[in-house]
Amino acid sequence: MKKPEPLDVDAILDDPGTRIIVCCGAGGVGKTTTAAALGLRAAERGRRAVVLTVDPARRLAQSMGLTELDNTPRLIVRHDDGGELFAMMLDMKRTFDEIIEAHADPERARQILSNPFYQSLSSSFAGTQEYMAMEKLGQLRRSDEWDLIVVDTPPSRSALDFLDAPERLGRFLDGRFIRLLTAPAKAGGRSAFRLLNAGFGLMAGALTKLLGAQVIKDLQTFVSALDAVFGGFRQRAELTYKLLQAPGTAFLVVAAPERDAMREASYFVERLAEERMPLAGLVVNRVHLTPASALSAARSAAAAEELESRGEHELTAAVLRLHAGRMQLAARQSREQEHFVTAHPTVPVVQVRAMSDDVHDLAGLRQIGELLASA
Amino acid sequence: MDTHWDGVRLHVVTGKGGTGKTTVAAALALALASGGRKVLLVEVEGRQGIAQVFDLPPLPYEERRIAVAPSGGDVYALAIDPEDAMLEYLEMFYGMRRAGRALTKMGVVDFATTVAPGFRDVLVTGKTTEAVRRRGKDGRRVYDAVVLDAPPTGRITRFLNVTQEVAGLAKVGPIKNHSDLVSGVVKSPETAVHFVTLLEEMPVQETIDGVAELRAAGLPAGGVFVNMVRESLLPPRVLDMAVKGRFDVGELALGLKSAGLADSADASTLAEALVDEVVEHARRTAIERSERESLDAVDLPRYELPLLADGVDLAGLYELAESMRTQGAA
Repeated sequence: MKKPEPLDVDAILDDPGTRIIVCCGAGGVGKTTTAAALGLRAAERGRRAVVLTVDPARRLAQSMGLTELDNTPRLIVRHDDGGELFAMMLDMKRTFDEIIEAHADPERARQILSNPFYQSLSSSFAGTQEYMAMEKLGQLRRSDEWDLIVVDTPPSRSALDFLDAPERLGRFLDGRFIRLLTAPAKAGGRSAFRLLNAGFGLMAGALTKLLGAQVIKDLQTFVSALDAVFGGFRQRAELTYKLLQAPGTAFLVVAAPERDAMREASYFVERLAEERMPLAGLVVNRVHLTPASALSAARSAAAAEELESRGEHELTAAVLRLHAGRMQLAARQSREQEHFVTAHPTVPVVQVRAMSDDVHDLAGLRQIGELLASA
Repeated sequence: MDTHWDGVRLHVVTGKGGTGKTTVAAALALALASGGRKVLLVEVEGRQGIAQVFDLPPLPYEERRIAVAPSGGDVYALAIDPEDAMLEYLEMFYGMRRAGRALTKMGVVDFATTVAPGFRDVLVTGKTTEAVRRRGKDGRRVYDAVVLDAPPTGRITRFLNVTQEVAGLAKVGPIKNHSDLVSGVVKSPETAVHFVTLLEEMPVQETIDGVAELRAAGLPAGGVFVNMVRESLLPPRVLDMAVKGRFDVGELALGLKSAGLADSADASTLAEALVDEVVEHARRTAIERSERESLDAVDLPRYELPLLADGVDLAGLYELAESMRTQGAA
């Protein structure tokens, strides 16, 4: 494999100019574990760090001592030399509710919070999690209580949804439909459809047919109530987006040496470049490395066959078969990475070897941190 | 041939990210189609995963034949786009092509498919169940089976439980009627929701939680597909010794010398390096054993699919399909 530039994780963690690290990548590649390990390592190197995790596995959360969603950073470790690790799990609905409460008067807030559309939007909209993760990131950064924020991105259907969330929200708000729904409310709460032209009448008919009259009414209440709040939303979404482009941010693309994950990583790297987001490098988790790599798969398999045919050293033959399989897997993983390195030769890379068990505690996270820093 | 899922027409395949959900769905479609049947493979998340596993250009919103199954049989594929599904829905049920276009222009379609998530899921599951129910001119079902590459385990119950999801939004009206129709299919014995997992802690835990959630919602759990299973080459006794750090390195070194892989000086170095692999393998095997035991708790039919040494390619899909058939999954 062509040798990519090694990723110097410690240099990123030690640079006081690094204020945000975003771990992104396909689902199931170990983003959250990587984020937690980076946060712990940063704290042990003297940073005051907070890990914002979006959807952690329960055991991983427990490994950092988090037991529940509480939406506030909790202290995990404090070092004598001033380093600290905080961690929090994002409560998407709570974050959304707080924004509403902060930006609407109590009566309007109550209207919004009890509206069925709001409840649906705040708890299950595919983009809400991404949006709220970005919102929380912005809040943490603005509070300036931590000098390093490490965030993992939501396990969305597309790993890039979090980049698109602010724009999508903007598009939604600027949609003619929303403006039509909100206009009559501003004009004194008359029916949304009465004032409008024939073209819109056709649409209104279709909508009513499709959704039913009650839905239209709920929808209107929802949209007009949110209207006042939304301006601030979009503005802050744009600020957060700019924050991500700033030099203090480092994106780490996380992958596993599998075709899908590496393809997603490539796509990600290209997309980050397009959006002018600062890419720090690629982390490849679950790499199979072996200290006996000098013995090739072919030689190992041939020797095993030889021993088997002679009926000798049964144990050695089995170990050689095992080794041949491992070397084959390592070769495939290396091929999958090679595609990436060829396409993106300037992206620094660090490989983290596969572990036999999941991480359960800080010691496990610390070990991963060491591997991350050993490129 | 009798399989565990005779009578099932909608196979929903879910799993944690990284477990190979799309691969398993694709192989299941091939397995179900073999022997001259017609199967539709559906994806709903806009990832073009089907095109990738079958090594095809991106799929349009259109049912098209993508593979021929072993001993005859066709696999069709469809990538459902919620916007297109909404327009089609409007046209099909209300004859409103023009209104549909107006709605798109107004941003209503965008609104309904992205902001109101329940609607989005109803549209997607609606299109899927329509394919399940669809009959040809001869009155017979067009597809013998439909395989749905569904959202991941964490979202599956919410995704399928459409009636519940739209209940708060639409208490009456056509959306409600439509979701009732969908619900009628997904909660019937014609549907089975399969889980894909690896023998690792997190995916197994998610499977167990996912099955419990699904059952609580009254949705029909299907089978558990354990993916990427590695065969164990060493006898349990040897693995046990390795975990306890009592593996016979001397014996291994002798064997390596005998095989001509190393002279006396190098043999023990090489043997030590290989022992590291054995110990790692032994630990992994022990974890796999305990994960299998954990999976026993969900009490569903279980199928084990081999790790493909060369990765997933078309030949690999056929190999997995064959494995499913011999185990009675299809």
